Amino acid sequence: MSRQSEFREALRDALPVAIASAPFGMVCGAIAVGAGMTIVQATSYSATVNAGASQLVALQVTSIGGSLASALLALLAVNARMVLYSVIIGRHFGALSLVQKAVAFFLLTDPMFVTVEVRAMTRKVTPTYIFTFGIALYTSWVVCTAIGAKFGQLIEDPRAFALDFILPVFFFAMLMGFRRRPGFYAVAGISAAASIAVYLTLGPPWHITLGAAAGLVHAAITAPSAAARSVMEARDE
Amino acid sequence: MSDAWALIVLGALLTYVTRIIGHVIATRFAVLPPRVEAVLNAVPSAVLTALVAPVVVSGAWPERLGILVALVCALRLPQIATVAIGTAVVIAGRAMGY
Repeated sequence: MSRQSEFREALRDALPVAIASAPFGMVCGAIAVGAGMTIVQATSYSATVNAGASQLVALQVTSIGGSLASALLALLAVNARMVLYSVIIGRHFGALSLVQKAVAFFLLTDPMFVTVEVRAMTRKVTPTYIFTFGIALYTSWVVCTAIGAKFGQLIEDPRAFALDFILPVFFFAMLMGFRRRPGFYAVAGISAAASIAVYLTLGPPWHITLGAAAGLVHAAITAPSAAARSVMEARDE
Repeated sequence: MSDAWALIVLGALLTYVTRIIGHVIATRFAVLPPRVEAVLNAVPSAVLTALVAPVVVSGAWPERLGILVALVCALRLPQIATVAIGTAVVIAGRAMGY
């Protein structure tokens, strides 16, 4: 496939993600300023950390009087999932030089991980695609944060426009894209139950890491039996 | 905020480490064991579910209905339509005062 069509497809795939995450970026900027950051700090925060949910969680910890260390711990708890993302997405970075890889991993986010993982099921993911998609989303994220930081206080009632619901429902729609993977409903069901249980007991942000861990433990336990079953089936034939 | 720059710089460094460390460790193994493969294949389903699931308990009825409608939409419609319809349900529910 030509470089031009890779470029176009990356932009086409990035557009809906940018639209869905734009309100979240603006909310992030507005909340950062509300928590005492300047507009420059709020924008730098998004430009360097580039992981919205963890940014908000860390701000929340500081705004209820938590120390810097506890804010950073909360940020780590939210971002622990990216350790796994990097293992998986790194397999599709084979064509990248070391410097390109270093940049590509900086651009790694939930939608980037999901999009590359889905695309890699049917074709090779090129550097042009990776960087076009990643840089487009990153730029939109930083610009939206800056807009939110500058004008965010003008939105009187973000709840009325359900801005807080757009990102969860977007993640949910991405999740459903994986429903044909073996064991999907078992893994999702267990993760959901564990996530909700932790959310109600330990509280956020631990539901993300621990909820996901429960589903992954299930996948680890059932994996050998699935492999053994296919061996048995092969023997039967 | 007094330590804003410390939060920004340290938060950025820590987050970057989470983005590369899995890859750095994984490249030391030539072939991943099947159990690890199975876990990695389950990562999107497990993580995205854990991110979203609390909406069911943290939200009120509009959010619960919104996710349910999104579930039905996701089986048939493209992502962006699912997001638009689910969000519209929540906006309508909140406008009605729920």
